[in-house]
Amino acid sequence: MASPNTMIETEERRFRLALPKGAGLIWVLAGLCILATLLSSSFLNPVNVMNVMRQVALFGIVSVGMTFVILTKGIDLSVGSILGVCAVTTALLLVGGWPVAAVVPLVLLIGVCMGALNGLGITLGGIPPFIMTLGMMVMGRGLALTLANGQPVGLGARAADFMWLGRGAMLGVPVPVWIFAAVAAIAIYVLRYTAYGRQIYAVGSNAEAAHLSGIDVGLVTFSVYVVSGFLASLTAIIFVSRLTVGEPTAGTGIELEAIAITVIGGTSLFGGEGGILGTIIGAGILAVLANIMNLLGISPFTQQIVKGAIIIGAVLYEMLRKRRARH
Amino acid sequence: MNAIVGVSAEKPVTSAADVFLEMNGIEKSFPGVKALQGVSFSVGRGEVHGLVGENGAGKSTLMKILSGAYHADAGTLVLSGETITAPTPASMIDRGVAVIYQEFAQAEHLSVAENIFMNRLPRNRFGRIDWKTASREAMHAMDRLGFCIDPRRLVGSLSVAQRQMVEIARAISRNARLIVLDEPSAVLGDTELEKLFRTIRTLQAEGVAFIYISHRLKEVFELCQKATVLRDGKLVSTRPIAEWTTDSLIQCMVGRPIADYFPQRNARPGEEVLGVSGLSRGKALKNVSLSLRKGEIVGICGLAGAGRSELLRAIVGRDPIEGGEIRLHGKVRRIASPRKAISLGIGFAPEDRKTEGLFLSQSVRFNVTISRLGNFGSTARLNLGKERVSVRDYVRRLRVKTPEIDTAIGTLSGGNQQKCVIAKQLNARCDVLLIDEPTRGVDVGARREIYELLVDLVEREGLAVLMVSSELPEIIGMCDRILVMREGEIAAELPRGASEEEIMKHATFN
Ligand SMILES: Nc1ncnc2c1ncn2[C@@H]1O[C@H](COP(=O)(O)OP(=O)(O)OP(=O)(O)O)[C@@H](O)[C@H]1O
Ligand SMILES: [Mg+2]
Repeated sequence: MASPNTMIETEERRFRLALPKGAGLIWVLAGLCILATLLSSSFLNPVNVMNVMRQVALFGIVSVGMTFVILTKGIDLSVGSILGVCAVTTALLLVGGWPVAAVVPLVLLIGVCMGALNGLGITLGGIPPFIMTLGMMVMGRGLALTLANGQPVGLGARAADFMWLGRGAMLGVPVPVWIFAAVAAIAIYVLRYTAYGRQIYAVGSNAEAAHLSGIDVGLVTFSVYVVSGFLASLTAIIFVSRLTVGEPTAGTGIELEAIAITVIGGTSLFGGEGGILGTIIGAGILAVLANIMNLLGISPFTQQIVKGAIIIGAVLYEMLRKRRARH
Repeated sequence: MNAIVGVSAEKPVTSAADVFLEMNGIEKSFPGVKALQGVSFSVGRGEVHGLVGENGAGKSTLMKILSGAYHADAGTLVLSGETITAPTPASMIDRGVAVIYQEFAQAEHLSVAENIFMNRLPRNRFGRIDWKTASREAMHAMDRLGFCIDPRRLVGSLSVAQRQMVEIARAISRNARLIVLDEPSAVLGDTELEKLFRTIRTLQAEGVAFIYISHRLKEVFELCQKATVLRDGKLVSTRPIAEWTTDSLIQCMVGRPIADYFPQRNARPGEEVLGVSGLSRGKALKNVSLSLRKGEIVGICGLAGAGRSELLRAIVGRDPIEGGEIRLHGKVRRIASPRKAISLGIGFAPEDRKTEGLFLSQSVRFNVTISRLGNFGSTARLNLGKERVSVRDYVRRLRVKTPEIDTAIGTLSGGNQQKCVIAKQLNARCDVLLIDEPTRGVDVGARREIYELLVDLVEREGLAVLMVSSELPEIIGMCDRILVMREGEIAAELPRGASEEEIMKHATFN
């Protein structure tokens, strides 16, 4: 007879210990920062740090919306196009002489409406989120290009009274970072301390059980696309303010960035698991990584390869961790 | 107690040559739980071995180790004298071990034949799948079990009971030498169970061994030659069935004697809370009328497919109704969704906790409180502290066995999950509770607790309970009135104390 330890699996145990939970991501981020400092003396340069933070903020805001959507087991491919439409309208309205105090709410409303359209198609129309938002993505980009006549819309003289949002700073911290902090704080609060937040998780983990538990599954699903559209339009405003130009191509590809950030942050594409903290760290990881590669002069083409590999790696890692936890 | 412990060590009942399976010193831990500690256990050829124990005792875990789905932390597995190192599900199937899980997974989009054969579908000489042979052989395997389903039907369209039969047919078609049945009676109706028992006996005569897990001890006595009791992850005793009595088995499982099976009822029904008249829905429900009064437990029984669950689902607005009306406290109400039902004070605990009742990846706390979060501060500002206190209280009252209230509910044993389903209804503070199979998969001790809890709620707080159950003793022991359903209609209303024969007479058509 073999030794009684035949079935002990030492490797597996060691492996299991080596896989940190979602929160362990903070160490990955810290490691990347240390690596960046070692690789390039300019990483800690205040101007560079500001830049990275602005980057985190812009992608982060969209990703918070994406996290809401993915928590319900959905996906929103249209955020980039919503951003484009909103960027162009912001610029057009400003150039048309509208006051900033009117432009901002109006543009946010456009984002909300586009998100609502997504939500309606998915809940009432029963169209799969992937398809509905893909359609919206294509339509939205077309709309942005039509509105702008295919050309970037410069703010001209209006730039001066609008630049603060994107370029200004408070207490030495860029305004977009403050905005992101506020958005993230509210999102964390909502997911953790409100019934609505719970319902988002419920819908994502088991829609049938959610329905039987008295949750209005359609309404919750609808709402996350509205949130996502709203945050995309908020990002658009900051974008235009920062660049002082409304580009019809603004935000192209940001949906993939946001999905990557959300997934790297540990939110499951199968719904019901994850959260905003992970997304914040995910945004940090991608931004620092891009920054390192920029500082090292790595070509943007190579950067894409690396980014793609990291997305696959992150998902693989998450699945591996879960599989280990189950056995 | 001493007299019971360690019997297997003192006088082995089966001789070494007849032993098919031997498990020695099995240990298994999960975060926060020692699921199995030093379990040694053997099964002889052609033996039907009962495995019993409370919810969370470790029965399913032991079987998952046997099937290769889980890896033991320590211990050995010996099959026909051969020590198995690193078992995997595939290698154990090849060695003739088939485990039919409590929460089994099937490929829902595949046909019955495909499920039975999976990746062993017969092929013709050009390498193409030979569907004719596949169908024929699938029919043959099902024939041996005494049931018949069109092999081309999708498994997703079958009832749970039919799916279980498909699983068993699959095991048989693979020439399994040892078949583990993890709580088949939790999903099978009486007639199907009877068929299953016949099949087990036939196969047993051919030398196939079985491990039979059930919380219904009657079945264990009826079917098994030996019974093993697990408690808190340890093997307490293995004995031939003749040396057990129901009481000694329960005492051994629970560690204390369990009083009278059903609590004393002292019904004083008040005015009507829920009235249903002329409810219809396609062929499932035909002109169903009933009345449920405050402080009353009404049971609904009938064969599988008689429309029992459909009735509950129609009342709570899960399935749309085509005709009839529902009155609540005398007022006619249109209940368009479960949401509306909950807001009117109607709670519903569905039949299939895995797909309808629970959020498996979420915590116990999440699951218990989700349908009424307003109990903890406002819905815009949940008081998590208060929520925790309240959930801990439920966990204590219902004796839910869980390491923490933040443990994912999917890792709890089946019975403990069911207790959480009940806790969820308690938290929802309904005054009418519709409950489908309240004690499915729940152990004797916990069952008694659930019964007591229901009776207590009914008698002290005036809850009205409408309960669907396939277990007649439960219906008879608990209910003040019994409605027997047959083919979507209420075939009879019987008073408390009706006999099983009487109920069956109305449930079956003759
Ligand atoms: N995958 C898992 N992760 C964590 N804990 C687990 C897991 N599987 C089982 N457990 C724990 O191990 C213990 C034994 O569970 P098991 O499912 O074997 O009980 P059981 O005897 O089959 O109970 P029941 O009669 O309710 O089905 C329980 O405390 C359970 O919570
Ligand atoms: Mg079990």
